[in-house]
Amino acid sequence: MRRLTSVISVILAVIALIAFAATPVLAQNEQFIPLLVYRTGPYAPNGIPTANGYVDYLRLLNARDGGLNDVKLAWEECETKYNTKIGVECYEKLKGNASLVNPYSTGITYQLIPKAPVDQVPIHSMGYGRTAAADGRIFKWAFNFPTTYWSQASAFVKYVGEQEGGMENLKGKKLALIYHNSPYGKEPIPTLTILAEKFGYDLKLLAVDHPGQEQKATWLQVRRYRPDWLFMWGWGVMNQVAIKEAAGIKFPMDHFIGVWWSGSESDVVPAGASAKGYKAGNFHGVGAGFPVHKDIVKHVYKGDEAAAKANNFGEVLYNRGIMNAVYDTEAIRTAMAKYGKKQMSGEQVRWGLENLDLTESRLNELGLEKFAQPIKVTCEDHEGNGPVFIQQWDGEKWGKISDWISPMRDVVRPQIEKAAAAFAQENNITPRDCASEN
Amino acid sequence: MTEFLTAIFVTPFIDIASGPIFFGEVVLGGLMTGVMYSMVALGFVLIFKASGVFNFAQGAMVLFAALTLVGLMERGVPLWLSLILATGVMILLAFAIERTVLRPLVNQDPFTLLMATIGLTFFLEGVGELVWGSNVKRLDIGIPEDSFEVAGMLVNQFELIAALVAAVLVAVLAVLSQKTTIGRALRAVADDHQAATAVGIPLKTIWVTVWSVAGIVALVAGIMWGAKSGVQFSLSLIALKALPVLILGGLTSIPGAIVGGLIIGVGEKVGEVYWGPAIGGAIENWFAYVLAMVFLLFRPHGLFGEEIIERV
Amino acid sequence: MLYRETGQFKTSYRRDQAIFPIAQDRWSIGIIIGIAYLVIPVIANEYWLQAILIPFLIFALAALGLNLLTGYAGQLSLGTGGFMAVGAYAAYKMTTAFPDVPILLVLLLSGVFAAAVGVIFGLPSLRIKGLYLAVATLAAQFFLIWLFNRVAWFYNYNPSGTITAPPRTFLGIMITGPEATATVRYLVALSFLIFFALVAKNLVRSEIGRTWMAIRDMDVAAEIIGIRPLTTKLSAFATSSFYCGVAGALLLFLYLGSVETLAFDITVSFEVLFMVIIGGMGSIMGSIIGAAFITFMPIFLTNAPHLIGVDIPVDLAKELEAIIFGGLIIVFLIVEPHGLARLWQIGKEKLRRWPFPY
Repeated sequence: MRRLTSVISVILAVIALIAFAATPVLAQNEQFIPLLVYRTGPYAPNGIPTANGYVDYLRLLNARDGGLNDVKLAWEECETKYNTKIGVECYEKLKGNASLVNPYSTGITYQLIPKAPVDQVPIHSMGYGRTAAADGRIFKWAFNFPTTYWSQASAFVKYVGEQEGGMENLKGKKLALIYHNSPYGKEPIPTLTILAEKFGYDLKLLAVDHPGQEQKATWLQVRRYRPDWLFMWGWGVMNQVAIKEAAGIKFPMDHFIGVWWSGSESDVVPAGASAKGYKAGNFHGVGAGFPVHKDIVKHVYKGDEAAAKANNFGEVLYNRGIMNAVYDTEAIRTAMAKYGKKQMSGEQVRWGLENLDLTESRLNELGLEKFAQPIKVTCEDHEGNGPVFIQQWDGEKWGKISDWISPMRDVVRPQIEKAAAAFAQENNITPRDCASEN
Repeated sequence: MTEFLTAIFVTPFIDIASGPIFFGEVVLGGLMTGVMYSMVALGFVLIFKASGVFNFAQGAMVLFAALTLVGLMERGVPLWLSLILATGVMILLAFAIERTVLRPLVNQDPFTLLMATIGLTFFLEGVGELVWGSNVKRLDIGIPEDSFEVAGMLVNQFELIAALVAAVLVAVLAVLSQKTTIGRALRAVADDHQAATAVGIPLKTIWVTVWSVAGIVALVAGIMWGAKSGVQFSLSLIALKALPVLILGGLTSIPGAIVGGLIIGVGEKVGEVYWGPAIGGAIENWFAYVLAMVFLLFRPHGLFGEEIIERV
Repeated sequence: MLYRETGQFKTSYRRDQAIFPIAQDRWSIGIIIGIAYLVIPVIANEYWLQAILIPFLIFALAALGLNLLTGYAGQLSLGTGGFMAVGAYAAYKMTTAFPDVPILLVLLLSGVFAAAVGVIFGLPSLRIKGLYLAVATLAAQFFLIWLFNRVAWFYNYNPSGTITAPPRTFLGIMITGPEATATVRYLVALSFLIFFALVAKNLVRSEIGRTWMAIRDMDVAAEIIGIRPLTTKLSAFATSSFYCGVAGALLLFLYLGSVETLAFDITVSFEVLFMVIIGGMGSIMGSIIGAAFITFMPIFLTNAPHLIGVDIPVDLAKELEAIIFGGLIIVFLIVEPHGLARLWQIGKEKLRRWPFPY
């Protein structure tokens, strides 16, 4: 036993020494994208389809187009288990040649925002992360397009108003927000509070403690309050339990709207048939019927639809992964249009992200007709003010049930600028002058 | 400040008095939740009673048992056979644990054994995820989940059935412990390992039995919780919720687990619904522990726990 | 033969009572510290410094704190994460309110706040013992995390609820903030660890340490011979929380840069407890070795297949890592139930006798 232990220790030590001073090396003329994924751990049901979608789109570009303008795409996955410390370790390991990084966790995003300018790796936190990063004058290296939580909250209120027959009818209505007791869950609260004052609805805030495995008290309060509309900012097991509890207290599911991280297939699975009618926000296409999907089956899975299905093909989060990959690759392409068709550096990709102009015709070219809305990112606006729509679970699959809803920019943008200014002041950052830069 | 004080000392009571039916519903909900907690706590109690080990891996065992059951069902094995097979797996696991972890570490101090069960937790979680995958799995064993109204209070059928199952489980365990030979042997081992060996009670067999029973209890708890939230990784975090129950009831008492569970369940819910809004909500987590701690200050070994007499 | 102390005669009580009485010991510690200060910053790349060594040093400090409480004073505590959070938030509030105060002083003062909180939550230890106390400290853990989430004053009313370490310099060198190099931060963390390890070693060899150990071994007997359980237990909580608070502040300022309360949740408390138990309870060296094991092993296990050229999917790698890690813990415990520090001691004893077998 002792012998075995000492032998093992020696082997481990040797391997450790070899690794000590090494830095990862990359081939020339390859565009490297690190992928921080969480395929294990409590959030794996959400992390797996997202990662699969992203990787499949990259594979599609390599297989069908030979990469981006003949520069092959390379990527490496690093498992973070949604843990901030492991995320930092993954980032440090892979930042060497990174074109950009998708932290896929609000906690990790916050870590990386101060490091981005130093390491010259732009951050794309698509629809999550630090909402204030929408103000590009202060957050030069962080992008959160196509939309943010604050915008989504305002879009939800707009949708509810529409459903009630007009925004004036919101007066006196009761809105409740069930949120995960973390910075992520608290994101919509300021916006919803401001809108409550503006439109006269009553807002009740109900926090659910992490991890949210047990929510009886919250739902008893919902039962007592009897809100007209219920919003949810949940994550992980909290989603599944909440939907089940809502069904248990016979809450009308079509008045229950979840944020875009609470609206995937795995969230409605445990509740089964009783989840029918549950709604959620989204900002990209639903289902597997788009031209890009056909291409993926053809070029990546060589026609094997069953294998694609096993990889969460066509699921909500899979499409989100595709959306993310599309934005990132188009940004790199934009950079290449300016700097030349070769390997792009982090700084160049940052320029590409900031000047991304995805038009409707370009989307159609990519096989994404009606999958996403056109978007234009600028120096001031790293959010792009992308619209949101509502999808609904019909018991079998998700379906888009509303038109694209534009967020209330007049309410949200001043808040963003205020938050960004506070950050700038605390960290001695001078806002950029966008007009003087090109 | 006065607003805060009124919110703490006056408003909740007015609230309760003005809505007695709702209060009844909250209490009922608390009782149901408490029962679910006690199911997990029972596993801890069994193992601690018989081998003096605080089984940190109980949560992982709940997850592992549930995963095995659902995994088998997903592959088309009929329910009754899956249940039998899952029970078999847990018994095999008990054998394996006794052989590889308990036997080499016999007579070590409790911290070492605790750490060993921690290592076991990592191991079980890794194996469970490796073999059965990490997606959320629906657990449907045919328990009806309708709610119906009783005197104005909403009662969930599923929870009633869970309460019944827990009651049966506790009754069976109590009878086992008091009336059968093996139960007597268990109590003897819990009292004093060496004396029990001296009388001829085979320690190893007792340990395997206890860990198997705890495994089966974990399976039942896993089924109940898994049906509520889907079988997924977070299930192992339920153990954290069961700890205050354990402490309140006493680490070595089976009825204590139930009573503790009920008290914690009701306390948590009533606290969250009536006092929560005054201080910001989501107080359930620490409230349960504080409640347990308050009880501990009066009875340092839990309500029904064995008093440890120290001699100098 | 190498490790004999023949020829080393102590000529004063001071020499006799030194922490490292044998000259070879002093030399080895000196060499190790020298390597840590001079060689490692030069040869280690940024990944190693930033992602492996700095967290190791910080968690070693936290493990040291917990070991003082659990290993030396016998009070099992699972509130480590909460006390670290107190230190981090206290340091953040102090430095944002008084930006001109030297950052090193701020980091030390944050420990004082944590110590005060530790004393409050240590009060139940006068009545509750053993495993039951652990659960009482869990109340501290959950309550403190809830408090920092709830009371917006703690995170300066930031809408995101996250606190970010502002850039600060010391003697002209940038120590915190994104501009601070990994090398500088590593050296600061190393200095903190060495200083506090020295303090801890002296504490446990002094009267306070002996009262702690007496309470741990048999508190009724200790009370009879005149040791006051109240002051002893509370002093243990205070000191331990001080260490954990400083470690928490270092976590924010030197390692992560930005934290939300999730960074201090219950998993951190358990992690530090693992470090203490695996390393060896009641041993200063043990805390450091335990921290090394728990920090290095998972990273090593995740990267090992990649290093030897075998490519396996990341989720499989993580699952295998969990399995191997759990298995290794059990193996190490079977081999040496008293922790890795005991293995180290046995190694030293064998070295003394080498090349003779007995």
